[in-house]
Amino acid sequence: MSTTAPAREQKLRASIRTGRPSWYWPVLILGSVLVLSTVRVLTGANDLDSSGALGAAIGLAMPLALAGLGGLWSERAGVVNIGLEGMMILGTWGAAFFGFLYGPWVGILGAVAMGVLGGAIHALATVVFGVDHIVSGVAVNLLGAGAGAYLAVRTFTGMPGGGPTQSPPLDKLPFLSVPGLGDWLLGLEQSHTWLVADVAGILRTLTTDVNVLSIIAVLLLVGSWWILWRTPIGLRLRSCGEAPHAAETLGVNVLRYKFIAVLISGGLAGLAGGFLVLVASNLYRDGQTGGRGYIGLAAMIFGNWRPGGLAAGALLFGYADAVQLRGRGDVIHAYLLPIGVLLLAWGVWQLIRAKQEKKLLGVWRIMMALVVLLWYAVTSEVPPEFTSMTPYIATLLVLAFSAQRLRMPAADGQVYRKGEAN
Amino acid sequence: MKFDLRKVALATAAPLLAIVVALLFTSLILLAAGDPVVAVWQVLFKVPLPRQMVAILNEATVLYLSAVAVAIGFKMNLFNIGVDGQYRIASFAAAVFAGAHFLPGWLNIVVSILIAMVTGALWAAIAGFLKVGRGVSEVISTIMLNYIATYFVAYMLKSAAVKVEGSNATSTQILAEDSRVPGINLQVWLGTGREVYGLIFLSIIVGILFWFVLSKTRFGFDLRATGRSETAAIASGVNVKRMVVTSMVLSGAIAGLVGMPLLFGQDYGYGDTVQAGLGFAGMSVALLGRNHPVGMAFAAILWGYLNQLSNGLQISAGVSDKLVLIIQGIIVLSVVIAYEVVRRAGLRMEQRRVARELAAKPAPVAEGVAA
Repeated sequence: MSTTAPAREQKLRASIRTGRPSWYWPVLILGSVLVLSTVRVLTGANDLDSSGALGAAIGLAMPLALAGLGGLWSERAGVVNIGLEGMMILGTWGAAFFGFLYGPWVGILGAVAMGVLGGAIHALATVVFGVDHIVSGVAVNLLGAGAGAYLAVRTFTGMPGGGPTQSPPLDKLPFLSVPGLGDWLLGLEQSHTWLVADVAGILRTLTTDVNVLSIIAVLLLVGSWWILWRTPIGLRLRSCGEAPHAAETLGVNVLRYKFIAVLISGGLAGLAGGFLVLVASNLYRDGQTGGRGYIGLAAMIFGNWRPGGLAAGALLFGYADAVQLRGRGDVIHAYLLPIGVLLLAWGVWQLIRAKQEKKLLGVWRIMMALVVLLWYAVTSEVPPEFTSMTPYIATLLVLAFSAQRLRMPAADGQVYRKGEAN
Repeated sequence: MKFDLRKVALATAAPLLAIVVALLFTSLILLAAGDPVVAVWQVLFKVPLPRQMVAILNEATVLYLSAVAVAIGFKMNLFNIGVDGQYRIASFAAAVFAGAHFLPGWLNIVVSILIAMVTGALWAAIAGFLKVGRGVSEVISTIMLNYIATYFVAYMLKSAAVKVEGSNATSTQILAEDSRVPGINLQVWLGTGREVYGLIFLSIIVGILFWFVLSKTRFGFDLRATGRSETAAIASGVNVKRMVVTSMVLSGAIAGLVGMPLLFGQDYGYGDTVQAGLGFAGMSVALLGRNHPVGMAFAAILWGYLNQLSNGLQISAGVSDKLVLIIQGIIVLSVVIAYEVVRRAGLRMEQRRVARELAAKPAPVAEGVAA
């Protein structure tokens, strides 16, 4: 071997840097905004990126991001957490119960505490007893759903405005705004000018009527990144998810790290449930989570087990959810146009550039594109059932196209037993 | 195969232990919530009435099919969480076909059941192909497919539904008399007019086939081998990708059967009142029964028993019947823990036994290998 270790490292760093040039993200974001605004002007679907739709998207993305962040903590420590949904349900009840009795700030704590309880059950089963992670997660979901429903009947029946499946209305958490910007940006946005209106819509969403809990969620996201990737504690925690036996030989208490990671995971999932109760609505309802724990997990997988990626995934799914909740069949219909055009371009490119045996794929893409474009041309709206499907189809499609590029922690989902290193 | 008493004792110890733990923790939760503990157990530990016994059997019939569907996946470490979506879309397809009455009587029933199996299999195959072709975890994809199936069926139901006179429930065309599967009347033994689903025999047949295919055929061996150790399976020439798709398709086909007893023995159509969540219940039953054909039958009956008797909780004890979900959740969780603990205990006993036997024997002559 002629290359020395530092030289190799330098090479590695260089290759990482060339993988994603510094202009990658700005150009990607700018490109997306350009496409968005062009589609909006062409189709006339102005709700495509109005501050209303984007605000709703962020509101809906936050629970997904928090749930995904919960998944991140636990899976980075090597424990698959499909029980996020159950922990979220526990969190919704905790937020409503304690929020009603002691106000929304205590509600947040209640949500986190109930989530931690769910996390403790999962940690007990997977870390202490070594049960299969998926099996335990499914059981936690059953238990969470049952406990939430039972506790709701037990506690909310007879409360003023509450019932067996619904809590009384709760006080809301405060919204914050940068003063003096909202109206000006709204004016710009409502001019519907190409590009200007879209940028104004995005800025308005970020500066006006932002909920405190959204800000906390963003801080948690950044904080998690910092702890997991910039501190020794984070390094040790991640080493439990990559090579637990190696970590053990270096003196890391793997079981303790895993246990605590799952507790944190549960707390974040509980907070995600709390967000649904305290911000997205103002009460607890049975079935309120609607599978968001699973979508949060999918967002994390989409984000390649990284905080930035999971935030992007959560925003994507949150946006799809917002569009369907606003009942805008026309907006989803508008998306058929760029999807069709992109597929067409991709197919043509593949026909020209790809190797002989891959040309068939290009033909397929072009045919798919034509179907989508035809669909766009002959209809004016997508039926409501199909808009409801959007977030789930988006999840599937995104995973189908990205799953091969993803790398999960090496020992994720494996049962770890102390002292088995050899 | 020799009958090992200790093994059987260990296998039954775990579920019993789990039930005891569930009783204990549920009592604690009831105490903490301020609900009457004794009254609850009095309701749940009653001998079921004859009509409840029939209802329990019927519920077990359906749950057993769902459990087998899940167990096929479990046997090779494949988590088919999508049984819920698969049986719904399959029941709908079968209900539409059977409701059209293209075929006479029994033929209509048989073909409709086959259609349900094919539909369920195709829906599950999506997840299978996404896993082997695109590397998407079946856990996520089947969950997403559940939601998609729910909305898709809701959309299709709108166009397929017929107006039922005197009711505003939407449902597919109600089956004619000759396309229904007659129930089994137990009046003589139980003294109740309520009938057991005729398709209980379908569950029994599926159970026997499940046992036969898994333990007596090469395919079953390959499937279990893949579940135990993928690398070993590959080394012995198993095409793992094909196994994944095949078992997903099989699982989906059985999942397609889940709604059949309901369709041909009770509802006679697919409407918006159809029972949901049978897939997840089936998963609990499979876990409790440990994917064993007989174990799952007992588990299905226990689940039916708990569901039926909990109906009386609200009236007799003033406690929400949602309590049964907690009990079931705790049973599942403690049973998987108990199996793990018992498995390790068994392993340790085995190790100790071997160590004892080795110590009792004289040390073997070293064959030229100096340590």
